[in-house]
Amino acid sequence: MTTAIQEPLQEPQERARTTRVGDAVFSRTALGAALLVVGMLAGVAVFLVAQGLPALEASGEQAYGKPSVWSLVGPLLFGTVLSSVLALVIVTPLAIGLALVISLYAPRRVAKPVGYLVDLLAAVPSVVFGLWGIAVLAPRLVPVYEWLNSWFGWIPLFGGPVSSSGRTLLTASVVLALMALPIVTAILREIFAQTPTMHEEAALALGATRWEMIRMAVLPYARSGIVAALLLGLGRALGETMAVAMVLSATGAIVSFDVISSANSNTIAASIANNYANAAGLKINVLIFAGLALFVLTFVVNFLGRYIATRGQVKA
Amino acid sequence: MAKSIDVSDLDIYYGDFLAVQGVNLHIKARSVTAFIGPSGCGKSTVLRSLNRMHEVIPGARVEGKVTVDGQSLYDAAVDPVAVRRQIGMVFQRPNPFPTMSIYENVLAGNRLNSKKMKKSEADDVVERSLKGANLWNEVKDRLDKPGMGLSGGQQQRLCIARAIAVKPQVLLMDEPCSALDPISTSAIEDLIHELKSDYTIVIVTHNMQQAARVSDETGFFNLKAAGQPGHLVEFNSTQKMFANPDNEATEAYISGRFG
Repeated sequence: MTTAIQEPLQEPQERARTTRVGDAVFSRTALGAALLVVGMLAGVAVFLVAQGLPALEASGEQAYGKPSVWSLVGPLLFGTVLSSVLALVIVTPLAIGLALVISLYAPRRVAKPVGYLVDLLAAVPSVVFGLWGIAVLAPRLVPVYEWLNSWFGWIPLFGGPVSSSGRTLLTASVVLALMALPIVTAILREIFAQTPTMHEEAALALGATRWEMIRMAVLPYARSGIVAALLLGLGRALGETMAVAMVLSATGAIVSFDVISSANSNTIAASIANNYANAAGLKINVLIFAGLALFVLTFVVNFLGRYIATRGQVKA
Repeated sequence: MAKSIDVSDLDIYYGDFLAVQGVNLHIKARSVTAFIGPSGCGKSTVLRSLNRMHEVIPGARVEGKVTVDGQSLYDAAVDPVAVRRQIGMVFQRPNPFPTMSIYENVLAGNRLNSKKMKKSEADDVVERSLKGANLWNEVKDRLDKPGMGLSGGQQQRLCIARAIAVKPQVLLMDEPCSALDPISTSAIEDLIHELKSDYTIVIVTHNMQQAARVSDETGFFNLKAAGQPGHLVEFNSTQKMFANPDNEATEAYISGRFG
């Protein structure tokens, strides 16, 4: 006890000074890193605006056959949102179910390897996902699309005619969903694991089955976290380029709710990737303008997500 | 409604580790039974084995017999979920559901049985349970407010109301006052006295004065040595335990000469 108290008294000067240097170095480094991020973000925004605005002049050939740049970017934005929302619809039940099984249902020796496998999905390059989407997934989905078309053809999404290659927007959405799965599942697992044991026990002690315990204690506690996880997944899907560019048979910028025919909506990222190599002059500006639109969209989605996440936060 | 519990030759394991060994006791209906003993001696473990809550921890299992009014708790055919609906539990830290109102917290257990309740019926259950937990007068004007907005002592009484709302046969309490101030503690102790007329109550406590104040019978648990399993040293009427215990170790613990 006495030594512990005396030690700092013996050399307070030196001790205080070394801490101060360390603190200063750390705070400057942290500040620098933070400013760098803000600076880079601002730089990207300035570049997109400066290079994108000239595209407002473009029309006809330079706007890829559209009367103005808006009629090019509008349909592309539509396709981007449609494919990402579809991907989110597919990934939500998968990820929640998977995360619940891994963190609450499965015995530990099963849960661990399954968790690793899901994490490994994140390590698969998007080019590989794209190849797999074209070569394996697309042909196998054709019968599914035919079934959807014949039973649910009255829904505009499945109006047909069904693509014979299967390289459709829905196939791209399935691939996107698989690519978003690991990050969404990982965050959800983390959130479910943080549920306070005392709330779980409160439910179990009342005679809740495991599912009832999840509904009473886990899901209400995790609500805002689930929204945050899904929005991160949406961010991943919105910006994903390679897999979509490969899977979609590009048909230019059209607005079509039909997700199983070969005349698809396209996404911004995929159409930039497909066209940029051959673009020159004002066409470059047009593509950059499309990039600006994507940038704004992801920004809005992220802010919206943050807003929902903080508003729904449980005060525990 | 209230039932007695018989425990015979109960061994409790966590995996390969034998936590508690050879417990035999009889808990009378409509009485308060206190478990006392040093930390880690297995009294909470024994308490949790009475409604199979210890099974929440992976690898936990028991050997021996626990019967509630002659009905074995650990028969292969018995569903632990059904057991917990009959035997309620109150925990060390108040744990109302944070997203639910006071009203919904009280009804949480009733809602699990998933039968549709009429509004008037639900209102009756809430009022009866909150009155039973001595909380009605304090919260009757704000039943739709979150349960987390109450003070610690009120939250604990809310948890007791939630536990008695389903009319359990037995009420287990795991150090229900250890996170509370003396005034809230005294409110809970008064409540335990009142609940005794309807329920069989088993309470784990670190506070020996509390055991002496509230209980009719007391069990003293101890470790044989560090690393050894816990066991029941003595089980007797509280009066005898605190005046003239049979066992020397009990007397040493109760009088504070423990070692």
